[in-house]
Amino acid sequence: MSAATSANGATATLAPEPSDSAAVVVRGLEKRYGEIEAVRGIDFDVERGEIFGFLGPNGAGKSTTISMLCTLVLPTGGYARVAGHDVAHDRDAVRRNIGLVFQDTTLDGYLSAEQNMRLHAELYGVPRELVGPRMQQVMEMVGLWERRKSAVNTFSGGMKRRLEIARGLMHSPRVLFLDEPTVGLDPQTRASIWAYISELKVAEDITIFLTTHYMDEAENCDRIAIMDKGKIVVLDTPEALKAAVGKDRVQIHTDDDGAAIAALERDFNIKAQMAEGAVTFGVPGGEQFVPRLFAELGVPIRSVSVSRPSLDDVFMLHTGSTIRDAEEDAATNQLRTMARAFGRR
Amino acid sequence: MASTAVPTGSATPPPSLTHQIAAVRVPRSSLRSELRAVKVVWQRELIRFTKDRLRIVTSLVQPFLFLFVLGTGLSRLASAGTHGVNLRTFVYPGVLCMAVMFIAIFSAASIVWDREFGFLREMMVAPVRRSSLVIGKCLGGATVAAFEGVILICLAGLVGVPYAPILLLEIFGLQLLVAFSITAFGVMAAARVRQMQSFMALTQMIILPMYFLSGALFPVSGLPQWLAILNRLDPLTYAVDPMRRAVFAHLKISAVARHLLDPGVTWWGWHLPGLFEAGVVALLGLLMLSIAIFEFSRIE
Repeated sequence: MSAATSANGATATLAPEPSDSAAVVVRGLEKRYGEIEAVRGIDFDVERGEIFGFLGPNGAGKSTTISMLCTLVLPTGGYARVAGHDVAHDRDAVRRNIGLVFQDTTLDGYLSAEQNMRLHAELYGVPRELVGPRMQQVMEMVGLWERRKSAVNTFSGGMKRRLEIARGLMHSPRVLFLDEPTVGLDPQTRASIWAYISELKVAEDITIFLTTHYMDEAENCDRIAIMDKGKIVVLDTPEALKAAVGKDRVQIHTDDDGAAIAALERDFNIKAQMAEGAVTFGVPGGEQFVPRLFAELGVPIRSVSVSRPSLDDVFMLHTGSTIRDAEEDAATNQLRTMARAFGRR
Repeated sequence: MASTAVPTGSATPPPSLTHQIAAVRVPRSSLRSELRAVKVVWQRELIRFTKDRLRIVTSLVQPFLFLFVLGTGLSRLASAGTHGVNLRTFVYPGVLCMAVMFIAIFSAASIVWDREFGFLREMMVAPVRRSSLVIGKCLGGATVAAFEGVILICLAGLVGVPYAPILLLEIFGLQLLVAFSITAFGVMAAARVRQMQSFMALTQMIILPMYFLSGALFPVSGLPQWLAILNRLDPLTYAVDPMRRAVFAHLKISAVARHLLDPGVTWWGWHLPGLFEAGVVALLGLLMLSIAIFEFSRIE
């Protein structure tokens, strides 16, 4: 054990690390499936103790990236280091230091929650004397300690996800990867999962790397990388990203959308576009702008909505489409990519 | 260091976290950690088996049908040809092998389920060698199958097989060998097959011919050439034959009956020793185990 510590300073217990030893280092990372470039050369660092979010529509390359970082998929170019270990050449070292929660459940439904936890502890070689206390600790953290004897089959979707998070923490990983941790859960459960994640960061001194395509959830992250079509389009804190938009979002439904877009361009010098079935544009001080719009547009307006800049606007600013529209575009592509990816395996 | 990191000592933990964090350090891979992995995969197999009581019962139906219904019914036809030997005694080793085979294959099939339900991924991403996982799985399947074998061994007396300690040990050892080898075969197949239906179809296609060709239901001497060749190529032949020889060694029967019903397997006239036959089964089992390990190490 001591050899492992000295061989790599990064494995030291809870001591602060030098600032250059980020939890995740990614340089020029690429993944191709034949002609399809799922990830096209991305660079970023995740600092220790951060909650780092990967945001983007389905099919943007988030899952492929997370799979490469978790050593499940080999990169075809560039490199990535997680907890100081190369994901391509030192897979087992990476695996010992990460916890994984996948989109789909990977629990054994026939076993009890406790049996699932113990199985994980054995597979990861958690020292025997720590298995009991550690299990109690992480299961209490997600509120499942009382249910430990129940078969996992009897759990709800939210409980299963919480158990998976607890299991991912069982071996005290230094980086916890969560691939769409709240997908398929009801809003209340989603909120509770996020409460656990935030609590965890404080309690475990852990780095959390997650992917999501829920804009509102990405706000909980310390920093966000927005990914689209295999590339990172922008990376910053949610606040900075929103501040950079500087405009409110106005969406109007009109009798003649084409004429409205033309009129906006001609009379207001605003470039508007169709998004989610409405004429959409950004403008500073949206509330003050709306009365002017009604007075001067010349196209009958049926409804109007003004919203403060959200991450969706950030996404729109950098990619030119809303995440929902991007998702619909990507859905068809993704099916094809997946078909090939699976065929290849 | 991120600005959000908590300075040691000064932070107040949220109220729910009242106790100290038990810091776990995952040690580097060692023989001990690999053995723990083997053991836990093996244990999981046992836990799942004991939870599935229906399976324990249903898997006994088939051997009971063969042994008591077919064995009893056909004995009226065959009594002239068996020279006084109970037909059920004759088919007992074959039926035992078959029972063990089906359980073993079913255990291996759970890998395909695990893949479909995602659990396989949990094992595949663990920082242990794939060989540990495969060995644990094969040992688990073998243990579960051997447990069913033991139930049938307990019934030996009902079909005229004497309860001689040495004989029971021999039978137990041989059926354990069959259980292990067949699980290894199943795991090897499961590495490639992704759907349960395909897996079941594939194994049915292989298991049934193996069973019928093995001499489980007939003596292996004086067969037509084509059947003799197929019989010698069938790995199960080398498990059924030594088991039957062990049983017959403990029967008090005429030399004619012995010669006719328990001729032993020959290669070009050479009578294979029982130990050699067991060696063939073990070797094939290890070969398939190696292929299974190779296959699983390649995945992902």
